Amino acid sequence: MSRPGRDDAPDRLYTVTGGRSRTAPDSPFDLVTLVMAESAPAPGMQSEHARILRITEHPTAVVEIAAELRLPVSITKILLTDLHDQGRVSARHPRTAAPSGRPDPDLLEQVLVGLRNL
Amino acid sequence: MDSVTSDARTPLSASADNGLKIVIVGGFGVGKTTMVRSVSEIRPLNTEETMTQAGAAVDDIRAVRGKTATTVAFDFGRITLDARNVLYLFGAPGQERFWFLWDRLFSGTLGAIVLVDTRRIDDSWYAIDRLEHHGTPFVVACNDFGGTAHPPAEVRAALDLEPHVPLLHCDARSRESSKQVLISLVEHISGLAAAPHPEPLQELLP
Ligand SMILES: Nc1nc2c(ncn2[C@@H]2O[C@H](COP(=O)(O)OP(=O)(O)O)[C@@H](O)[C@H]2O)c(=O)[nH]1
Ligand SMILES: [Mg+2]
Repeated sequence: MSRPGRDDAPDRLYTVTGGRSRTAPDSPFDLVTLVMAESAPAPGMQSEHARILRITEHPTAVVEIAAELRLPVSITKILLTDLHDQGRVSARHPRTAAPSGRPDPDLLEQVLVGLRNL
Repeated sequence: MDSVTSDARTPLSASADNGLKIVIVGGFGVGKTTMVRSVSEIRPLNTEETMTQAGAAVDDIRAVRGKTATTVAFDFGRITLDARNVLYLFGAPGQERFWFLWDRLFSGTLGAIVLVDTRRIDDSWYAIDRLEHHGTPFVVACNDFGGTAHPPAEVRAALDLEPHVPLLHCDARSRESSKQVLISLVEHISGLAAAPHPEPLQELLP
C-alpha cells in the first residue's frame, strides 16, 4: 500500500506518517484504548503498519504499541487511525465514567477486587 | 517481595476490553518507576509524547522537524484486574512542562498518586496544585527513604493538603505496600463518587 504524500525524508516521524501533521481532531484513540488486529499484514504494507498488525494479534493498549514501536504516542495514533479507517484494526475504548460523568461505582468495585487479589 | 515481571511481551487475554489509568506523579528520583515495577505484571516500559512549546498541536510534525517541539517521557506498567479490566499505571514527571500534556494523555484517569520524598517536599507542590485544578482525585504517599520521620500533621501542613485527601506512608520497593497505596486511592475515589464532600479521613501515617 502506498500513500499519497509519502516521501523519503530522513526524518523518521515525518516519513512514517506520510508527512501528515495531525491526527483527526476526533481521534478516538485513548492511551489505553485496546487495539485488535482484524487482518494479517499485507505484502508491501508500510512496515510500521505491518508491525502494528503483528503486535495487536492480542488486544494491546495504544501506549504499549507506542513503546514497542519506539514512536511518540501521537505518531502512533496517526498510524492506528490509518489502519482503523481501512478496517484492519478494531478498537475497544475505555469505559470509565457512568452516564453521570462520575466513575461508575460498579467498575470501581471491580478495580478494588482486582487489586485486593494481587 | 519480587514482582511478577517478564522480559518478553506478555499478551493480554482476548477478553480484555477495558483499559483504566492511574498516574503516579512526583519529582525526579522519588520512586515512581520503582512503584510501577513493584506492582506491574510487565517490566516497566518507556514511551514519550511530543508537544510544541505552547503545549498545543502536540502532533504537529512540522513543529517536531523545526525543533520547536519538546518531548516528555513517561513509563508505565500493567495490572490485569480480571477478564475484562486492565489497569495501566503511569509514572509521570511532575515538572511544569509535563502538565501541558495532562488532558491529552491522562483525561479519564481514575486518579493519581502523588509520591513524595519528605526530604524534598516542595517538589510536590506544583503537582498537587495541578491535580486540584484538574479535579483529579489523588492520595499523597510519602516514600520511605529513611532518615527522620515527619509527623503527618507537619507533612499535611507543608503540602497544604485538604483534610479529606488521604496521606499515606509507603515503601515503593514493596509490592504489598504499593498495592495498599493503590487500594487506598481507589477507596478514596469510591468515597468521593458516593459523597462529594466526605469527612476528613483518619491519618494513615504511623
Ligand atoms: N530507600 C528507598 N529507596 C527507594 C525507594 N523507592 C525508590 N528508591 C530508590 O530511589 C531511586 C530512584 O527511584 P526511581 O523509581 O528510579 O525514581 P523515579 O525517578 O521517580 O522513577 C532508585 O535507586 C530506587 O531504588 C524507597 O521506598 N526507599
Ligand atoms: Mg523513573
